[in-house]
Amino acid sequence: MEIIRPDVSTPQEADLADGKLINSFVETCTSQYPDPDKWLDEEIRRNVLLTTVDAAVAWARQRSIFPLIFGTACCAFEMIAASGPRFDLSRFGMDIIRFSPRQADVMLITGTITWKMATAARMIYDQMPEPKWVIAVGACAISGGTFRESYSVVPGVNHIMPVDVYVPGCPPRPEAMIHGINRLHAKIVKGTIDNPNLALK
Amino acid sequence: MTVAVNTEETGKKIEEAIPGSVVSSDKGSLTVDSKALAQVSEFLKNSPGLEFDYLTVLTAVDYLNYFEVIYRLVSLRNNQSLILKTCAYGRENPTVPSVTGTWRAAYYQEREVFDLLGIKFEGHPDLRRLLLWEGFNGHPLRRDYL
Repeated sequence: MEIIRPDVSTPQEADLADGKLINSFVETCTSQYPDPDKWLDEEIRRNVLLTTVDAAVAWARQRSIFPLIFGTACCAFEMIAASGPRFDLSRFGMDIIRFSPRQADVMLITGTITWKMATAARMIYDQMPEPKWVIAVGACAISGGTFRESYSVVPGVNHIMPVDVYVPGCPPRPEAMIHGINRLHAKIVKGTIDNPNLALK
Repeated sequence: MTVAVNTEETGKKIEEAIPGSVVSSDKGSLTVDSKALAQVSEFLKNSPGLEFDYLTVLTAVDYLNYFEVIYRLVSLRNNQSLILKTCAYGRENPTVPSVTGTWRAAYYQEREVFDLLGIKFEGHPDLRRLLLWEGFNGHPLRRDYL
């Protein structure tokens, strides 16, 4: 429908022109525009949401990450507390803690990694199926912490595997760990099917 | 709690049985010559009145001039304890005899001391590194290790 704006000079004329236009709307607008999804069945129309595949897959991944625990020091107890009822990691879909790397999505490195342990850690990381993520919890896992200059401690777990999220603290409280998990969620949402782990790009 | 034995009296007893074995004995500890260590350990374990049948800790200290190997012994039968020491000289190849034949508990602790301080225990059945990996360069608890 074309809307014609007449030339008017006084407010009365403008009012008259508006009235004409409104009346023409009332006369002509009698039929409905069809819904864009009219071709769908009623049941389907009420139950189907449209999105992109990437967004749907990332959403699903984000909400069910099975953690693999790799607790080598006191930070592990904070992780145990975080998975208990008080802090309740189940809220983030992480209630099923895996002891097999083949069933896990995220590796929680909680504690000091020595060079003797580094080979085992890398072997476990290699056994995890893609997509996989790593959270380094605590000062020792991030940088070696107090033992950085030591003869036997890896100065940061990123020397042996790519790390997605660093959670600082000595040890960090469970709230900090939950914040780190939230940051990981934000990272997973940005991923695509082709490249779920943005860290490896 | 165990009661610490009188080290001077014990030192005299050992000196009577094995002449020339005791180097010194002060209030807290008893230092013996490392050459006589095997005999002294057998004597401490088996002679009546002493019967130190339990080795709680075996450790060592680096004094740069020499290494001191320390044995903390407990007699469960007599409820008493003794600190026995011996010295190993030389930086390259310090050696003391092993006491695994007397106290089986020394097996892993001697391996640990060998690993971290580089003291060789003669007569140990399997003297390998315990905590660090094969191929590690040096002995990290030595004071000149950097």
